[in-house]
Order: sequence, then C-alpha cells, then structure tokens
Amino acid sequence: MNDVTASETVHEQKGPGTAAHGNTEGQQHPLGIYLWIWALLFVFSTFSYLVDYFQLHGLLRWFLIILFMLVKAGLIVAIFMHMRWERLALKFAILIPPLALLILIGLMAIEGLHTFITRWGAFVR
Amino acid sequence: MAQDASISGQPAAVEGLDGVVADWSGDKQAFPVHWGKAMMWIFLLSDTFIFTCFLTSYMNVRISTTATWPDPSKVFELDIAGHHIPLLLIAIMTMVLITSSGTMALAVNYGYRRDRARTTALMLATAALGASFVSMQAFEWTKLIVHEGVRPWGNPMGAAQFGSAFFMITGFHGLHVSAGVIYLCVIARRVWTGFYDRKGSYATVEVTGLYWHFVDLVWVFIFAFFYLW
Repeated sequence: MNDVTASETVHEQKGPGTAAHGNTEGQQHPLGIYLWIWALLFVFSTFSYLVDYFQLHGLLRWFLIILFMLVKAGLIVAIFMHMRWERLALKFAILIPPLALLILIGLMAIEGLHTFITRWGAFVR
Repeated sequence: MAQDASISGQPAAVEGLDGVVADWSGDKQAFPVHWGKAMMWIFLLSDTFIFTCFLTSYMNVRISTTATWPDPSKVFELDIAGHHIPLLLIAIMTMVLITSSGTMALAVNYGYRRDRARTTALMLATAALGASFVSMQAFEWTKLIVHEGVRPWGNPMGAAQFGSAFFMITGFHGLHVSAGVIYLCVIARRVWTGFYDRKGSYATVEVTGLYWHFVDLVWVFIFAFFYLW
C-alpha cells in the first residue's frame, strides 16, 4: 500500500492531467476540494432558483439558466466524477460522442419550428 | 502494485495528444483505470444519449405545439402559509440531490482511505437522501395527478404534451434514483462487511459514485430545461 500512497502524492504535486501512472487503486484528492465544489453547487443552484423567483424573462433568463446549468454540470463531471484527473484518451472517449447530440438537437429544433408553422398555417390562422 | 505496468503491461505513459495515440494504439489496454470505471463511464455515455433523446423530444413538442405551454413556475408552486412560492418543492429536491452528491464524493474519498465505518455511513446517508428525493417526487406526482388533473394525454392548464413529457422525463429519472438507492445499499453493505478490504480495492465505491453523480447531473439538466425554461 505504501507504493499507492507514494504514487498518489506525486499525482497531487503534479496537479491536473497527471493520472499518467494510471492510478490503479483510484483517485484520491484532499477533502477540501469536494467541500468547496459542494458549496459552489449550492450557490449556483440557488442562483438558478432565483432566476425563477425574480421572474426574469427573455434572453437574460435563458442565458442565465444555461450558464448556471453548464457551470454545475462542469463541476460535477470535472471534480465529483474525477474527469479532470483522467487520461485524455478517456476524456475524449466519453466527452466527444455527446457532441453528436448537438446535431440531433439542432435538427429537432428546425423540425419543431416547421411543424409549428404548418400547424399554425393550417389550424390556427 | 502502484505501477500500471502491472496491469497494462506498458512502460511509462505519454502525456497529451501523443498520449491519446499511445493509449488507443493496438494490442494494449486503452484505459489504464479499473475496468468497472471504464464500463460505468461507457454505460453513462449511453444513458446520456437516452436522456438527451427525452429532453430533445420534449423540446420538439414544446416548440411545435400551438397551444400555450403550462407555466412550470405556476404549476409547481407550493402554498406556504398563504404565500405562493414558485418551484419550492423542486428547489428542495435539487438541494437534497446535491447534498447526496456531496456525501457520495466524501464516501469515495473515505473508501480509498480504508475507513469502513465512515464510508458505509456516508453511502447510507446518500441512499437516505436519494430515498427522500423519490418520496418528494411521489408527492409531486400525486399533487399533479390528483389535484391538478394532469394526465399524459392532457391537462387543464394548456398544451396536452406537457403531461407526457413530464411523466416520461421525471419518471425515468426517478427510476434511476430508485435503482441508485438499491445499488448504494448493496455496495454499502459490502463495504461494511469488509468485502473490499479482502478484495484489496475500494474502486467499486468510486464506480458507484460515478453512477450517483450522473443521476445528479441529469437532474441539473431537467431542472434547467423542464422547470425553469
């Protein structure tokens, strides 16, 4: 077990992106970082709740919702799920495929708009 | 034991883009991590696609309907002492889930420190918070079905698609939370009985943590797109 501790100490010192030795035992980081991220998640959740509480509307509302959502998602994936400390190969394998979903979202938005215009033209107008 | 050479049979790893090529090139293990972790990540990737499909279809029906979409801020408000507080229950559920994510992160940490008692306690706390999340969701569903008359095929507030999108998305998420609670209890019991001490690795606790954090992650997106939008 001493070896594990030694390799983890090196890992700590070299900072992010250095899970190079492929820590077999797993990831160990100081407790403080989890408590910090935990606190930040509470803060950003409160912010996103306040967006609704103060009834913000329009572009500002959408911008803030997306912003807080991405910050929270990023913190969870990077720190809680340890992605920040994984090898680049694993990061690529997991984080790049979901980008394909952006195309799906784009296409479905166009399709939805088309359906809306068709319905509006046929039934509402 | 710490040398990854012993698992992957490879010399010291290369960093950066060269590292990607080296990791993917033939006849070697691509990911120098516990196999369960790699597999859990791939499962979570597939789950990401499933939840995105649900959220995308919700976006599609919400864009395409000509009826007004019920205002979630109104639908999910609670009356506390005569005041209408928007999204109160949802805000509490969000906080409960984040708290459970925090306790899970600590459980993983204490697991690697071989602290059985704390790991078990934190995992059970996570499971308890997860169970309370599902209970609040059950309360919310009951309120919507019984008192507001929301059905998958229609509701008195506006666009009929609201109910089907709501029940499908939150239902599937709630199913994940429920499964996670069972998963956590099973692993917590194994931690407590010293199974992972005998095995010599607490990596399974981290893998369980990945699943649980993912459940929290999905809720971040549901909260943003369904409840706040």
